Amino acid sequence: MANRAAPGSATNQQQQQQQPAATRSNNGAPQNKVCQFKLVLLGESAVGKSSLVLRFVKGQFHEYQESTIGAAFLTQTVMLDDITVKFEIWDTAGQERYHSLAPMYYRGAQAAIVVYDITNQETFARAKTWVKELQRQASPNIVIALAGNKSDLAAKRMVDHDEAYAYADENGLLFMETSAKTAMNVTDIFLAIAKKLPKGEQTSAQGTAQGRRITDADQAPRSTPNCCK
Amino acid sequence: MASSTTLSSCSEIPMDKETREEIVASDKKRKSSGEKLFITDDEEASSSHSQILNSPTGKKSSPMREDSVPEEDRGGDTSDGSALSCVKKCDDEEKVTEEDERLNLELTRAFDDISVATTGSEEDKLWNGNNISNLEKSENDDVLHRTMENVLGSGGSLNTSMISEEEGLDGGINAIWKGQKRHVFILSESGKPIFSRHGNEEKLVTLFGVMQALVSFVQDSGDSIRSIRMGGTIVVFFLKAPLILVCVSNLGESVAQIQTQLMYVYNQIVSVLTLKQLLQIFEKRRNYDLRRLLSGSERLLYNLCNLVESDPSFILGAVRCLPLATSVRDTISTTISQTLSKLKQDVVFAILLANNQLVSLVRMKKCFMHPMDLHIIINFIDASESFKTAEIWSPLCLPRFDATGFVHAHVSYLSDECQACLVLLTVNRDSFHALSEAKHRIVERLKRHNCLEAIIASMNNNWPTMSFVNVPEVRHFLYKNRSIAQFMAPALEAPYINGSSSLPDLNSTTGNENSFQNLSISSISSSSTCAGGTGAPHYLPPDLSEELQRLYSKYYRIHSRLHDRSRPVSLIYWVDDTENWLGWLTSTFELYVTFEPLVKKSAAINAINKLRKWVKKEEDRIFIMNSPTF
Repeated sequence: MANRAAPGSATNQQQQQQQPAATRSNNGAPQNKVCQFKLVLLGESAVGKSSLVLRFVKGQFHEYQESTIGAAFLTQTVMLDDITVKFEIWDTAGQERYHSLAPMYYRGAQAAIVVYDITNQETFARAKTWVKELQRQASPNIVIALAGNKSDLAAKRMVDHDEAYAYADENGLLFMETSAKTAMNVTDIFLAIAKKLPKGEQTSAQGTAQGRRITDADQAPRSTPNCCK
Repeated sequence: MASSTTLSSCSEIPMDKETREEIVASDKKRKSSGEKLFITDDEEASSSHSQILNSPTGKKSSPMREDSVPEEDRGGDTSDGSALSCVKKCDDEEKVTEEDERLNLELTRAFDDISVATTGSEEDKLWNGNNISNLEKSENDDVLHRTMENVLGSGGSLNTSMISEEEGLDGGINAIWKGQKRHVFILSESGKPIFSRHGNEEKLVTLFGVMQALVSFVQDSGDSIRSIRMGGTIVVFFLKAPLILVCVSNLGESVAQIQTQLMYVYNQIVSVLTLKQLLQIFEKRRNYDLRRLLSGSERLLYNLCNLVESDPSFILGAVRCLPLATSVRDTISTTISQTLSKLKQDVVFAILLANNQLVSLVRMKKCFMHPMDLHIIINFIDASESFKTAEIWSPLCLPRFDATGFVHAHVSYLSDECQACLVLLTVNRDSFHALSEAKHRIVERLKRHNCLEAIIASMNNNWPTMSFVNVPEVRHFLYKNRSIAQFMAPALEAPYINGSSSLPDLNSTTGNENSFQNLSISSISSSSTCAGGTGAPHYLPPDLSEELQRLYSKYYRIHSRLHDRSRPVSLIYWVDDTENWLGWLTSTFELYVTFEPLVKKSAAINAINKLRKWVKKEEDRIFIMNSPTF
């Protein structure tokens, strides 16, 4: 389990206030480092991908969360020491018929959260195949986190914590059990990813080397696609 | 495919035999000058029917899609199809007055012919009370007849309640299930359940089996089943390989109307999968369980079934526009088209919607939006509360535009304050970031021109009320401009609206806002309401007041009669216990009016003239008369 009081972690309100400031600093005089990362959420349907994102971005939770159609795009900014990390989050639909679209979202992503439901063994198996697919086809330096969601339903647990931990360890994944409902470990898993992501010259080199960020296709002048001033 | 033969009016026979309304004026003009002439105003528009079906790459449409138009609609389709394409306004004032006079004369003459007015209660008896079950196409088949009565339980005492006993639905659910006024079922040709509007399709598997048996039984004799009528209940079949759609309704719609509704449901499935994928799957595996592929989009089907029931725009085949001053609407459309035309991202359509009403539609040259596709988009937005929290990027198939492939939809709400939804449709799957930026630029410019305020104001003020229209004899009306496939209706007032009920379709500003607020307040309250309920809010049938249901049912009956091709009629005046009704179909418009019950003929004529003048005067505000292109 990660340290919940991670240094630099900010409340949602603070983060939202910081967001415009961070954007401005891109154009004007930079006050601190701003890094922008593309993150994608993958996993079987109904494991709680949208709920995790909604909790992280808006601080909300809906017991009845509509199933995602296509993919939803959200952004959230977190402060990590003196660095502003802006996540561009792709929350994908988990249904089978959207599988063929997944590469569109994880292509060029610097981070991925693969989510399963701790009360459903099949979703864990599906998570493993997602991890395999990412390792095979996504950017080689992608940071992958495994999230065992719905940890508030521990009574109905079907996936052993240690088993998942061992699997994550073997494959070099970040691992946490999360609960979008109680907010447990939600911000933490994003912060852990932010910490693990390379910041500084290295990142921008990596970003341009891939040359596959969708922002590249955009002719409009866009302030610092990857990072760091 | 059964669709081309589906609409003969066998089932209407008992209805037609009786004179339960005053049907006036056999319409010569409609047949000769009819639907097609009007849109010659605009070359492009008149030929649009074929163009509508063209894909942006200019591919010709498959005949498949042509077939998918129910025959009844086809006449009107040429004009309806021109939909939201440019139709130049008729500038020639003289022509307009002449046309006006002619219509007036026709109306007066028709009214003079009215001599008898029956009372409503009698009419209703004659209309509904036909107790003879009438099984079309196989009237003599006792076995089928009995089976259906068993299954549907509409035979009252005959009902052996096969479902409750054999399928293990518990008594409570069964009673509720049977009490539903309308059912919609979807199954595959091999009888696999796909969808049931009410109840769990898995538990209704026997019922689906019976439906499949009925279809194939009639098919064996080289025919196809269309409908079964039993008392006030009608069972309508819509066969569209590889699917079978069935609707059981007590609401009094005609077979043709229900088939149109089922066509929307079919289109919704195509919109999720594309026709190509749908056909391929069943070609490979005839007994494929389609629910696997539809999972996650069930709410679109539930919501559509609700909308179709509660929003007259589906039966009218027209959309409603958000009333806006022409200058504001023009600014909005110009802003959207200018911003997007610079992008070169192959945007085919840009649509701005508010409260299920159209604010603006900008299209690529030579691409046309069919009203049916627009309804699919409206349903897509209406069904998805979650779109308010993020930008959505989703593949979407528009069945009438191109049933074989997807376009990609960028969906986002303008702002937290302005709950209007911008839908950008492109053929380019990598355009997300470009469109996302374009959207932000559009919002900024609209803010600068104070357009957001104008939209918010219009969304909130429920304009126009009947007191504003100021025709005291008239309680409510629907006016459809046929050439642009748009209609308008005044705000609902007593007795058609309950003080507290929030209507899902018309004039629902307050309802929508409330539900949004509910969504955004603390998670505790939203979870408690949802967890306690039966699940998704979409699963509940629409909450229409009884009076409103009656109003719409009457409109639907008049609509059905006006569009009955075997006995064309252009004008219906109907006297009732509670209201007087008028339905009027011309080459340019359709008008459905509810009068105060004691109104006299002469007063009704005056009222209609005043109403038409008012519509003419406000035309620019209530309709979108031209749609700019990129």
